Amino acid sequence: MSILGIDILTFLVIYPALAALVVLLIPSSAGKQVARYAALALGLVFTALTVSVFSQYQLLQINDPQAQQLVSNTPWFTVLGASWHVGLDGISAAMVLLTGILTPLAIIISFEIEERVNMHLALVLFFATGCVGVFVAQDLMIFFLFYELSLVPMYFLINQWGGPNRKYASTKFFIYSMGGSLGMLLATQLIGWSISQVPADIVSAAQATNPALASYIAGRPSFDMGVISALWPLLQGVQGVFLGISVETVKALAFLGFFIAFCIKVPIWPFHTWLPDAHGEAPTAGSMLLAGVMLKLGAYGFLRLVIPFFPDVWVAPINVFGVIQTNWAGILAFLSVLGVILGAFSALAQNDIKRLVAYSSVNHMGWVGLGIAVAALAYGQSFLTGAASDVQSAIIAANGAVMQMFNHGLSSAGMFLLAGAIYHKTHTRDLREYGGFWVKAPIYGTIFIFTSMASLGLPGLNGFIGEFLVVRGAYPVFTVLTVLAMIGLLFTGSYILKGIRAVLHGPFNMHWKDYNLEIEVREVIAIAPLMALMLITGLFPNWILEVINATVTRMMGG
Amino acid sequence: MNLAEFLSSPNTLPWLIPAGPLLAFAIIVLITNRGRLVPAASHAYEDHNHPGYKGLFVPVVTDWGRVASIIVGLSGIIAAWLISLSIVGQAFAKQDFGKKVFESGFEWMSLGAPGSGFHMGVLVDPLTTIMLVMVPLACTMIFIYAIGYMAHDPRQARFFALISLFAGAMLTLVVADNLLLLFVGWEVMGLCSYLLIGFWYEKPSAYKAAMKAFTTTRVADVIMMLGIVYLYAQTGTLSFREIMYNEEVLAGLAGTPAILFGSFGLSAAGLIGIFLIIGTVGKSAQFPLHVWLPDAMEGPTPVSAMIHAAAMVSAGVYATIRMFPIFEAGGHPHEGILTAPLIFMAVVGAFTAIFAATIAVAQNDVKKVLAYSTISQLGFMLAALGMGAYVAATFHLITHAFFKALLFMASGSVIHGMEHGQHHVHEHAGHGHDDHAHDDAHAPAVAHAAHGHDAHHDDHGHDDHAHEVHDDHHFDPQDMMNMGGLRKTMPVTFVTFLIGGLSLAGFPLITAGFWSKDEILADAWYGITNGWGVHALVFILLATAAFLTAFYTMRQLGLTFWGEPRTEEAKHANLGQGVVSATMTLPLIILAFFAVFAGFVGVHPDFPILGGIFSANGIPFKNFLGPTLLVKPELIPFSIVPVLTSFVVGLGGLYVGWLLYWRKPLVAGEADPLTRVIPANVYNLLKNKYYVDELYDRVFIRPSQAFANAFAYVFLDKRLIDGFLHLIARVAVWIGDLFKVLNLWLIDGVGDGIPEFIAMFGRWFRRIQTGRIQQYLLLVAIAAILIALVLVASSGVLVQAAVPTP
Repeated sequence: MSILGIDILTFLVIYPALAALVVLLIPSSAGKQVARYAALALGLVFTALTVSVFSQYQLLQINDPQAQQLVSNTPWFTVLGASWHVGLDGISAAMVLLTGILTPLAIIISFEIEERVNMHLALVLFFATGCVGVFVAQDLMIFFLFYELSLVPMYFLINQWGGPNRKYASTKFFIYSMGGSLGMLLATQLIGWSISQVPADIVSAAQATNPALASYIAGRPSFDMGVISALWPLLQGVQGVFLGISVETVKALAFLGFFIAFCIKVPIWPFHTWLPDAHGEAPTAGSMLLAGVMLKLGAYGFLRLVIPFFPDVWVAPINVFGVIQTNWAGILAFLSVLGVILGAFSALAQNDIKRLVAYSSVNHMGWVGLGIAVAALAYGQSFLTGAASDVQSAIIAANGAVMQMFNHGLSSAGMFLLAGAIYHKTHTRDLREYGGFWVKAPIYGTIFIFTSMASLGLPGLNGFIGEFLVVRGAYPVFTVLTVLAMIGLLFTGSYILKGIRAVLHGPFNMHWKDYNLEIEVREVIAIAPLMALMLITGLFPNWILEVINATVTRMMGG
Repeated sequence: MNLAEFLSSPNTLPWLIPAGPLLAFAIIVLITNRGRLVPAASHAYEDHNHPGYKGLFVPVVTDWGRVASIIVGLSGIIAAWLISLSIVGQAFAKQDFGKKVFESGFEWMSLGAPGSGFHMGVLVDPLTTIMLVMVPLACTMIFIYAIGYMAHDPRQARFFALISLFAGAMLTLVVADNLLLLFVGWEVMGLCSYLLIGFWYEKPSAYKAAMKAFTTTRVADVIMMLGIVYLYAQTGTLSFREIMYNEEVLAGLAGTPAILFGSFGLSAAGLIGIFLIIGTVGKSAQFPLHVWLPDAMEGPTPVSAMIHAAAMVSAGVYATIRMFPIFEAGGHPHEGILTAPLIFMAVVGAFTAIFAATIAVAQNDVKKVLAYSTISQLGFMLAALGMGAYVAATFHLITHAFFKALLFMASGSVIHGMEHGQHHVHEHAGHGHDDHAHDDAHAPAVAHAAHGHDAHHDDHGHDDHAHEVHDDHHFDPQDMMNMGGLRKTMPVTFVTFLIGGLSLAGFPLITAGFWSKDEILADAWYGITNGWGVHALVFILLATAAFLTAFYTMRQLGLTFWGEPRTEEAKHANLGQGVVSATMTLPLIILAFFAVFAGFVGVHPDFPILGGIFSANGIPFKNFLGPTLLVKPELIPFSIVPVLTSFVVGLGGLYVGWLLYWRKPLVAGEADPLTRVIPANVYNLLKNKYYVDELYDRVFIRPSQAFANAFAYVFLDKRLIDGFLHLIARVAVWIGDLFKVLNLWLIDGVGDGIPEFIAMFGRWFRRIQTGRIQQYLLLVAIAAILIALVLVASSGVLVQAAVPTP
């Protein structure tokens, strides 16, 4: 499958950047509306492309199940062992689809921007290039490249079109993310080079069973994810891989580089404080994409890189303060549960609607972290001993983590849309200045409650599926932590109700008597697809879970 | 499978039962989104539930939209009812029903290898069938009633949408074949109750009650979710049939030590059971999570009937009945071997039964009395189930649903009548007539006292906006102290209320409540005769609670209907004429029928005379329900002691109530006769519900808010984490500045600096060589100390001193 002679995944990566360029080239004399509708049309084409890629993936998977579909592999930096290698599996297919759904909706919401319209729209489109690039990359260098690329448009969106405190927020966001990426870059280099140290006999033994290694030549550096996933864990007990350090230390350092980078991105507690600032200050479209897609880059990184690369590191025993015996999976689970609990509490403490929704992301992404921890533990155990104690739980937890990523993408984007809608009309984000809006804006109120309930995890809507699966997967493995996480689930209810109460309930605040508070048609058009997906995914999750499950099951060896 | 097959098979037809109301919800939401703008201060909008706002225009559903909503909503529930009837009919006709059931399902979530995914399906077994008799019937009555009750509310369309969703969720829960689908219905009902309790959301009392209901039940729900995932992890399925109708699975659950507290001898079944029961404790408002239910009275009365009878709280008990085999696993209640979940249920239920009954005695709000009575009666059911009285618990669930739905709707009629009277008085006062009566209505101290109970609620919100809330005239149409003598103006309501009340009180032989309560006591007595402690506790507590029930019912009836009207409003209280009156009366009459006759399906065969008439071939109710379980519940031998007990407590309570409230009815301004009988501090304790709300506010609500604000957000995020980040940023900036300075110094300065430095050193060295002996010695001493320190540190002496070797 190719378009204009370019394979479809590569085209999917390049297309938004080209679209951004087209929008930039529209002369400002043509008027804002032209740029807006042009961007929307280009965005919708992007959606159509992602939908087609997703359905193609489904079809191919049914006819010829493979770990990767729609693969394209072209040599790039041959000396370094980096190549333009893209491909799609169930997890990345879901994430690409999510990016495709949210991009045109963010463009519709960007219609409310009046300054430097073309630039804003172009950045929204350009952001999609970064994200899709990450999701389809099968090469570590490509992954890193796009991972960093996605930062740039988001930085400018916050920095140029953000709220009053945008300078602080955007700088914090950018520096913090870059700080994390620095370690990741070093780790990437470390891995790519030291893969060449895997002894030739191990390589040839592995080549016999793993088709991903077919074209790999022993002793060469490589950044190919398939190669690294297959070989790097096998590198054991060799001295002096790098500057004479033992291989265990090298692995631990590389692990930390990735771990911290992705913890910042997800964000896992306590690396989360950039998020309320960035979300709070970003323009609505920026918040939607930031929460909807960008946070998933981190979680995706965990699933795609950290779990397969470091199975032995995840489960290596760690002694905390000489008292607690644990391992990195346990630490991630612990931090994730803290994120679930403290994220909920911090959300409850907010009086700024966007910060409240932002903290809800900390709370929700904590479930993703917990699911990943369960999967990592089982993956590590089965790597070391050949069999994990409870593979089915790990599969369910990993499914739950990916479902939660997808669902959080829908509901948090919806929540930010609604928060932005009310901010756009009242020019305040302070919950205490709202009150009783349901009287005057019944449609807005109904949509707000619907979306809030999806975010809260009401069974029957999408949010519940991911949470339920993660709790189910984590309970037998991290029992006490899961029980504690229920505190977070309880207070999720509290902050959601606080939001509904402050915006909709109570006596109408007569200050807004002459304001039009009802949701605009444009905003309804933007949120309607999200609501439809929330309901459909809640009622029949299998339309996407089936795709995810096949990949997850293959990965966990169940 | 084609559509005709789908519709004709009783295996697949249950899918359509919840579909009607759910579809109705969707349709109403979609067709009523275009409204007309009316001034908020006009008659079309403003009333005591909807504050008017001067100069504000609010969108209100058009009249045709409202009528369409009613038609759609009613069609949905009637469709559900008809389909249910068809299935119930087929179930009754089916041979061996119980062993064979109606079921169908499909793979809902793929998880892991093919075939190990999660299956979603519907199930109709005898228990479901019995629920299908009760739920759609009660719901339909409530819908009809709401046509009249909500006729003057500008948001009637939304109301019908929400109760349709509510009914749909309840029916989903009933036909679910697995715990997860049950949980879906369970939680959606939680949402509906939240939205309906807070239906008049402008009122702080309403939205606070709504949040309280949602949060309190959520405490239980998250724990229940642990039970669900634990059960799923342990058995690999959540299907009722695969777990409850499978000896191996149950034995496995009972034989595995629990993942938590397993070392205390708790089995997996025990822990799962306790988790699941906690879910019911929240949903069915059992102590200590009962606090939300009385406040739920803030919702419109049809909602109260929905929550208290047909749906919400019944769902809680239904879930425990459904899960009973898990609770029972490893024990044998019929032989006195109770498991941890059973004992837990028995104790919580029995305690709640008496606890709530004592509170109900001292309430003056006509709906709050019923609310506490519901809590108490649900306690009866849980206690029964805890003793293993599976049939008795189910039986009481059904009879209670009928008479409690009746009582709530009758009390709604009373309130509606009182509001009518209030309106009448207000209008006359407004025209300058009857001023004296108007003042009278405002004057009685008792009327004011009734308002006190909401005044202590803390205002956590920020309601100090410049809004104009309508004055509520300082008159509470729900306060029984303002009533009296309503039998004259509202005879149908009086008679039906009386029937419902007597059924609740367990008036012997002719009411349904008597038979179901008697059966519970009979089970408890059977335990006592065998010398089992839990049964004795349950018997004593429930018998006392039954006495109190009869008493407060008589008190309520007396205060409301007997004597002379105590206020001008009460004198004019009536339902008026026309559609409103008819739709609000008809359901009462129908439910009154069931409140009397539903009991005769559960008469013990050995009961003198009546047993032979109604139960010649064994108890019909038990015969039908029994096969739901793998091991059919056994028939306990008949004993006259529990029957006599039922007679004594039922009639005794009614008699005491008659003595206090009927023999010499209360007159306006007089204190509650109860205050003469029991000490004032006890009365206040009961009236204030043992101060549980205040306790929770201090112990849970405020600390968690403080924790959220001061600790989680300000201390951790703002001070600690961001402080650390800012510190790093500052250090980085500082280092950057340092490099800048060094650049200036070093790169620029080195050229000029080295000669200058040498010259400086020379000058300094000359100063040291001054020949003063003290200065030399001091320098030597400092050098020696430094060298010694380095030596000591490197030799490991300090390390050894710090870490004593064993």
